[in-house]
Amino acid sequence: MTPAAFVWQPWAVVGAFLAAAAASFAYLGVDFVALLTGESARQMAAFAAGFFPPDASPEFLARAAHGATETLAISAVGTLVATLLGTVLALPAAGRWGRPLKPLARGVLNFLRAIPELVWAVFMVLAAGLGPFAGSLALALHTGGVLGRLFAETLENAPREPAQALRDAGSGATAAFLYGTLPVVLPQFVSYALYRWEYNIRMAAVLGFVGAGGLGQMLYVALSVFKTHQAATLILALIAIVTVVDALSAWLRRFLGRSGT
Amino acid sequence: MNVAIDNLQLVLPGEHRALAGVTLAIGRGERLAVIGPSGAGKTSLLRVLGTALRPTAGALAIDGADPWLLPRARLRRLRSGIGTVHQSPPLPPRQRLVTAVLAGRLGAWGFWRGLASLAYPADIAGARAALARLDLDGRLFDRCDRLSGGQLQRVGVARVLYQQPALILADEPVSSLDPQLADHTVGELHREAQGRGVTLVASLHAVDLALKWFPRIVGLRDGAVAFDAPPVRVSDRMLRDLYGAESPIVPTQDNQPLERPEPKPRAAQPLCR
Amino acid sequence: MSLHPVAAPGPPRDPALWPRLGLGVAALAVLWPALEIAEFRPATLLDPKNLEVMGRFLGTFFPLVLTPEFLALVVRSTVETLALATAGIALAIGLGLPLAMMVSESLSVSRIGPARRAWLAPAVRTPLRALLIVMRSVPEIVWALLFVRAVGLGPAAGVLAIAINYAGMLGKVYFEIFEAGDTRPARAILESGGARVHAFAYGILPVAVPEIVSYSVYRWECAIRASVVMGFVGAGGLGQQMELSMRMLAGGEVATMLAAFLLLILLADTVSAVLRKALV
Repeated sequence: MTPAAFVWQPWAVVGAFLAAAAASFAYLGVDFVALLTGESARQMAAFAAGFFPPDASPEFLARAAHGATETLAISAVGTLVATLLGTVLALPAAGRWGRPLKPLARGVLNFLRAIPELVWAVFMVLAAGLGPFAGSLALALHTGGVLGRLFAETLENAPREPAQALRDAGSGATAAFLYGTLPVVLPQFVSYALYRWEYNIRMAAVLGFVGAGGLGQMLYVALSVFKTHQAATLILALIAIVTVVDALSAWLRRFLGRSGT
Repeated sequence: MNVAIDNLQLVLPGEHRALAGVTLAIGRGERLAVIGPSGAGKTSLLRVLGTALRPTAGALAIDGADPWLLPRARLRRLRSGIGTVHQSPPLPPRQRLVTAVLAGRLGAWGFWRGLASLAYPADIAGARAALARLDLDGRLFDRCDRLSGGQLQRVGVARVLYQQPALILADEPVSSLDPQLADHTVGELHREAQGRGVTLVASLHAVDLALKWFPRIVGLRDGAVAFDAPPVRVSDRMLRDLYGAESPIVPTQDNQPLERPEPKPRAAQPLCR
Repeated sequence: MSLHPVAAPGPPRDPALWPRLGLGVAALAVLWPALEIAEFRPATLLDPKNLEVMGRFLGTFFPLVLTPEFLALVVRSTVETLALATAGIALAIGLGLPLAMMVSESLSVSRIGPARRAWLAPAVRTPLRALLIVMRSVPEIVWALLFVRAVGLGPAAGVLAIAINYAGMLGKVYFEIFEAGDTRPARAILESGGARVHAFAYGILPVAVPEIVSYSVYRWECAIRASVVMGFVGAGGLGQQMELSMRMLAGGEVATMLAAFLLLILLADTVSAVLRKALV
């Protein structure tokens, strides 16, 4: 696009947005200028400075490492269960199990997806007790809805001929799916699942705030009792695992991109 | 398998009349080539014979029974005895050749064997033997998307050879192959059918291939049978009438004029190469 | 293990065997402890005590609480959520855009020719990039928790959390948009002695505006979802009220607010989709 191909819409959106932002600030009635200058700014700086240096005592590092592993485990298990759940729901949602089931499955997927992980986590803490299992379940439910919808779209866009050809040669429906459809959609499924896993690492850390285990729970406790040095360590641990998982999933994607079925 | 169709009609979605009353009787072990201009209904005919499309009207009997009236389990068993070579083989791009070929026998295998074969190929020797007949055994563990269109077409043939069906349907099985390979591939299909005494129905674009390999030629035009005769009885005039609207010359492999040792007996043609 | 059938008497072995086995074993070796650590015990779901708690809670969902006072509270909280997200995104754009400009190399004067203090540019750019990474790697809800501790309960913490976290994300994406677009107009302005701001406003912005606006609208939609969630740690809005009701196991109130939340999300989804379609 050249500067000549200017369109009015972006600027209209910008204008409307500026108005909305002004209205929002007015509605909230928070004096951000006062909040970020003068005495309160000094307080905030003191609060921030209180985080340094991070607690690097071996005992606490060991606990942080344990928390990080727990967060990793929650995200991995949650995403894995979500992938299974999403696949099972995507099949009817793509109309593979007949017409009547399609809207029903879509409704279920939309519902799972619409409720945020944190809300699911509160429910799951009630249903399964405090701890990482509730976190995995919460991730599984929300992510299952997200992945199910993506999987269903992938299935609907996949060519039907390979599976149909197998059925015409007497193969059963499941075998035809495994040999004719799955190889077509699997790379996409895996890529979506890995992408969601990256995202869920952050989420798994956060679910601890409502008692669902992992780094989040430790961070919440540490901040509640003003152990800010420990909180700093935990935040660094969080950044570290997010970075590691990003790299790991990029590597996995490349590896799986090369192999066949 | 023997197949009988009587006044078969097929109307495809969009009001297109693909078959307008075709009557054919194909005996067990017979080898038959269907020729005709594009749009004549060759593919539709094969798809109806393969029970992939349900005819709109008319009778279809495979081994004496209407497949569309069979219970599901028996229809599945019937279909596992029908192998179709598609013009553009519907193979998942990332599937490996060995898996693609083994998938031919999914109808005969039980569910668990099919599942286990995904983890480790159940019959590598069999898949390799089928591919070897088409000179592709060296690519056994390659992915389908690494192959050219012509190689892919031969994988489709190999899958059907591995399937060992009682009825082989081949829809333009060699359309992307050069003349020499096309000849070899049709020859393999022919040898398979003759060797096991199974029925072979092939639609072919190249008339010379049809005349060379098949003892019975069916000319199809506008969804109806124009002629049904052994090759010696198929005259140049019949061919010109068949293709008349499409092109002034009869399509052959390299678009050379069709030369036939007209009065010579067919014995001059070696049956098995 | 031979791949060449001519040389091998028997059928060749599948060359994918070892990689697959390796991957399978590795997956098991990772998954088994992961299931242990995550205390994956589906049986606890069927524990009678848990079932009873959950059942009682779900039982209170109906009927929904629809008294006028409560509805007024829900409406107020919903509007607060909306305002919180919009204000947060506005600050995030105000923060992210200059950051993106500063780390963008196509706006770098020093790359055009010998400039004074050429070493300074990368020295500024690298820490700024690290800052952007930290801003977006720490989830918004962690920022919210920190700001609740720093400035107290209420929407201000939510606004600041969104501002920081989304500035990190927007900064990165804006930067990518600048770099991906045609940078020659900006170069031309810089080379003829123009200031960076002018190069940006006349050379890059016109090309990048539709994409930037479209992505920002999308992020606004995300911010609305996020601001509901951030309420759970006390950063104001619908989430804070929902958390209170949940803690009191007041199912009817939770159900009403969930419904309000779903409506809000649906609205944001629709507005965002319409806006972005109009932009393309």
